[in-house]
Amino acid sequence: MSTATLAPRVRPNLVSNTLQLARRYLLHIKATPEQLVEMTIQPIMFLVLFVFVFGGAILGSWQEYLQYALPGILVQAVCFLPFTTALALNADFTRGVIDRFRSLPIARSAVISGRILADGARIAWSIVIITGFSMILGFSFGGGTAGAIGSLVFVLVFGLVMCWPMAFLGITARTPESVNTWGFMLILPLTFASSAFAPPESMPGWLEAFVNANPITAVIDTARGLMLGGAVADPLLKAVIWMVVIVAVFAPLAIVRYRRRI
Amino acid sequence: MSTSAIEAEGLVRTFGKVRALDGIDMVAREGTVFGLLGPNGAGKTTAIRILSTLLRPDAGRAIVGGYDVVHEPAKVRSLIGLTGQYAAVDELLSGEENLFMLGRLLGTSRSSARARAKELLEAFDLSDAAGKYVKAYSGGMRRRLDLAASLVGRPRFLYLDEPTTGLDPRSRLELWGMIRTLVAEGTTVLLTTQYLDEADRLADEIVVIDHGKVIAAGTPQQLKTRIGGQVLQAQPADPADLPATEKILAALAEGDDGAHNDGQLVSVSIRDRSALGQAVRQLDDAGIAVDDLSLRRPSLDEVFLAITGHVAEEERVEDLEQGSTDERRPT
Repeated sequence: MSTATLAPRVRPNLVSNTLQLARRYLLHIKATPEQLVEMTIQPIMFLVLFVFVFGGAILGSWQEYLQYALPGILVQAVCFLPFTTALALNADFTRGVIDRFRSLPIARSAVISGRILADGARIAWSIVIITGFSMILGFSFGGGTAGAIGSLVFVLVFGLVMCWPMAFLGITARTPESVNTWGFMLILPLTFASSAFAPPESMPGWLEAFVNANPITAVIDTARGLMLGGAVADPLLKAVIWMVVIVAVFAPLAIVRYRRRI
Repeated sequence: MSTSAIEAEGLVRTFGKVRALDGIDMVAREGTVFGLLGPNGAGKTTAIRILSTLLRPDAGRAIVGGYDVVHEPAKVRSLIGLTGQYAAVDELLSGEENLFMLGRLLGTSRSSARARAKELLEAFDLSDAAGKYVKAYSGGMRRRLDLAASLVGRPRFLYLDEPTTGLDPRSRLELWGMIRTLVAEGTTVLLTTQYLDEADRLADEIVVIDHGKVIAAGTPQQLKTRIGGQVLQAQPADPADLPATEKILAALAEGDDGAHNDGQLVSVSIRDRSALGQAVRQLDDAGIAVDDLSLRRPSLDEVFLAITGHVAEEERVEDLEQGSTDERRPT
């Protein structure tokens, strides 16, 4: 072992610390292959089940339903992927890893930003997989190249937005089990009671009202408009307002909880 | 560089109604091992967390390497390494990746981070397991990696919070050896432990705390001297002679404690060194043959018992530090 001289320390650098921690979280995928299944096989399974089980019943043909449902399936997938943010942060707290990071001269918020950056990569991966598979099945972008790229970037950004409430949940919850319970209670109704899988007009009045107020509906309608070609101004405005609100509420909450939790 | 490396004055920290620290003072000198000794729930971990900037004190102040832990936490963090009660290493990375990541986080280049990781893995006898996931490591290996992880930045001050709790005796001895090496190289070590022999073997100076208060302080020698002189032990060859031996030794005892007979060995606290000679003569006169007759200093266990009035081990049942952690966690 070398002598105990003080190594030169640089000032905490949020950008490089974030990149290092994102790398750490992405390396976890290597150790837990089930994460890869969750990012790859699971969304494809959902797609196949929905399109082939319900497609014919809802819209008469699965080909037509694929066109309708893909935006919803993408948005649902990016709502569930940030669960990993919640679970990973929760594990870091309960295992004492956060104590080590916080006793180091590094940017303190880099743990959260690194985790979210890593999730950005995972979300992008899933979006590419789902979209690619859909195109093999015959999905066609009606909104042109700009609409296609715009919609996928938009869905990715929404996935990153959803990381913040999940980060808050992961830091606040005592155990991974409560992360799962609360997360599902929140995400499952929000994604299903939306315009993801069926037209809201077909639902009972009270549900239709909820669906129309649901931020996920605004996000899906925007993605759908961009993908298939259609009016997006109205849902886009709603979606952006919601996304700003979600980040404005949950990012500070997550950071405060992160600082306070001991 | 001041000679008092870590200084704490009147540290107080409460969790709800529990006063985990109730006015702790301590001074650790540079280049020594400072032992914080006490049963579970005494406040040791709370003290370490304050000194490592993870927790703010409600009152009092603490200086590490000349910097105030509350006002200059970033400076303090650049000087310390922390190894907590549980091995805080990333199970989903390899040992080498853990150390490499920490080096990179501390701002060193890729090549120096790799080199430092390799160097530490070698020093802690983990080279063979360098590429394995930590989840496959044994408890002792995790502890060694945890210690290595706290050394990546070559800290001047190393905090070890119960570093050997739960380790088998061999791993414990190995870890002790590594700690001694670090101190020989100039690191100042702050060690908490509930094992009296550990404090005795490693620490230059000890503060004994119980219920958040300092109840004794000094070198291990001073603490042992404090509760009286020495212990005289005799083991009669024939167990039938035990009562007679006990009677002879009891007459030599200091105070009214009398002699302690464990069914094999009779021991008694003495202050007067002539007691040994008297014991030899009187046992000889009584015709008692002894297998063993010796003088020794009291163990820290006996010191702890004498100071606190209770045995250290009994306190384990109630783990206040654990309890207070729960209180602090949001629901």
